[in-house]
Amino acid sequence: MSRLLLATALALLPLTAAAQDRVLSIGGSVSEIVYALGQEGRLVGRDTTSTYPAAVEALPDVGYMRALSPEGVLSVSPDLILMEAGAGPAETLATLEGAGVKIVTIPGADSPEGVEAKVQAVAAALGQEARGAELAARIEAETAAALATVAAQPGPKPRVLFVLGNSGGRLTGAGSDTSAAAMIALAGGVNAIEGFAGYKALTDEAVAAAAPDIILAMESSEGPGMPGDDPLYAHAALAATPAGQAKRVVRMPGMFLLGFGPRTPEAILALNAALYAKGN
Amino acid sequence: MATAAIAAAPATAVTAPRLKVGAVTAGLALILLTTAAASLSLGASGLLPWELFSRDLSPAERAILLDIRLPRLLLGALVGASLAVSGALMQGLFRNPLADPGLVGVGAGAGLGAVVAIVLGGLMPAAIHAATGMYLVPLFAFFGGWATTLILYRVASLRGQTSIATMLLAGIVLGALAGAATGVLVYLADDNQLRDLTFWGLGSLAGANWTKLAAAAPILIAGLALSPLLARGLNAMALGEGVARHLGVPVEGVKRGAILIVAAMTGASVAVSGGIGFVGIVVPHILRLAIGPDHRSLLPTAALFGAALLIAADTVSRLVVSPAELPIGIIMALIGAPVFLWILLARRATMEI
Repeated sequence: MSRLLLATALALLPLTAAAQDRVLSIGGSVSEIVYALGQEGRLVGRDTTSTYPAAVEALPDVGYMRALSPEGVLSVSPDLILMEAGAGPAETLATLEGAGVKIVTIPGADSPEGVEAKVQAVAAALGQEARGAELAARIEAETAAALATVAAQPGPKPRVLFVLGNSGGRLTGAGSDTSAAAMIALAGGVNAIEGFAGYKALTDEAVAAAAPDIILAMESSEGPGMPGDDPLYAHAALAATPAGQAKRVVRMPGMFLLGFGPRTPEAILALNAALYAKGN
Repeated sequence: MATAAIAAAPATAVTAPRLKVGAVTAGLALILLTTAAASLSLGASGLLPWELFSRDLSPAERAILLDIRLPRLLLGALVGASLAVSGALMQGLFRNPLADPGLVGVGAGAGLGAVVAIVLGGLMPAAIHAATGMYLVPLFAFFGGWATTLILYRVASLRGQTSIATMLLAGIVLGALAGAATGVLVYLADDNQLRDLTFWGLGSLAGANWTKLAAAAPILIAGLALSPLLARGLNAMALGEGVARHLGVPVEGVKRGAILIVAAMTGASVAVSGGIGFVGIVVPHILRLAIGPDHRSLLPTAALFGAALLIAADTVSRLVVSPAELPIGIIMALIGAPVFLWILLARRATMEI
């Protein structure tokens, strides 16, 4: 009997192989979703932005998602490429398609609904619709719970300034239409910068006028930063703001905070807790 | 008559360097063949070219050899040769060993064209997108470089005479202007566009394909084929424009030819490969030290050396962080800058810049 089963399994092997068993994942949140779907065994490569979970870093890195080279991608012999929107360049994608590799573009997202759409797109491309629906439903429920927690927070909404970079004392802040602004709103904060879209350099006056209660920034590696000892406190304009006075800088891993992947409900809760923490 | 005299004089006077030129040319041709073979054989996938004949390859493997490595090799050879020859032409024209194609505004103009296409591409009419497809950036870079050079040429020319000094100054001014316009667009650019801009500026042959090769090759080959016609004129101009004119050299024609050839070759190179520096300065320099300043031997050897150097750098760029790759501009600067500095230090006593 067991022999018969083994024989059946062996006979089925070519069938499963035909359903794309060499998957290349381009985009940090796409890789996270592949892992969340339990399909990591099919991954043969990743891009530079795919760093979570830690196990994904063991896979060959084919380069930065917007500057892919065709041979690097083909060298891991993928038969399916899951690619977050915005990956490229277009010439590379054309060459890859010419080489007969199937490319599925996963839509970008900066809302919880977008995350569910991403999950369903990845699941459909991997032929895992059932698991995809399950994961999307789980994320939906977690998001709803997180948003309920956010709504239950008492008191006025804190003004949050997201600082993307601080090169030579010149701050780059997040305006509207950014994933940072979306996360701040979801976590029950108010984006302190208004009047422009995208990430732009801020003048010191704009920083002062923004009067943030909390400064939000990314950390490069996982784990909390050192409270009370952040380089941002040294910035003169920031130091004069309520956030600078109260020494309230919140740092979170970039992919966790802004990736809009399966960890987004968790990120909403973590950011919400940090924004409403007393005596930080 | 006079041109015949110029042609005859160096030929009789320097027979020994002739042998040296022959040896250097043969050596460079050999290096070029070796690097070309390496470029076809080395890559992230570990495929070897003869597997094309020895076994049945999958479509993806065929594509790696025939649609990725081969056009990339050919494009790299043509771009490297063009940049090196452009550098040699500019240094001859400006009688300055530090001149490079950037002096005639090609780089700044092409950069501005590329930035316009990357940042404002989304706002352009659909008809332009339909016509250019994914080649919007290279086309704009080419026309940006070309337009800047023509403007510069008009500015520096009066009654059929082109002032090289005016051109140099106007080139710096136009470069600053193009840089400022680029800066405004960079400010307007969003996050993703900024990343595209950065990678464009670092240069790469990763986007090479047969379409790009077919578009750029006629311009680059025509430029390479026409440049030797200027060699004698540039040799004479090394003595000064006045002397060259007395020797019967059509000075204005040589200037016009050199500027147009450089603008076309550099514009096309930058359009298909982004910003790749140092080839135009390092290659002619090393060759001048090896075989002397005669443009008749300098231009062809610069083409060989430039091609070999760029192919080698490109091969390194796709091997060091394989399967990802480094932009070639980084590799060129990493190789070029120390070599250049070493030459300067070694020749400090004897060479005057």
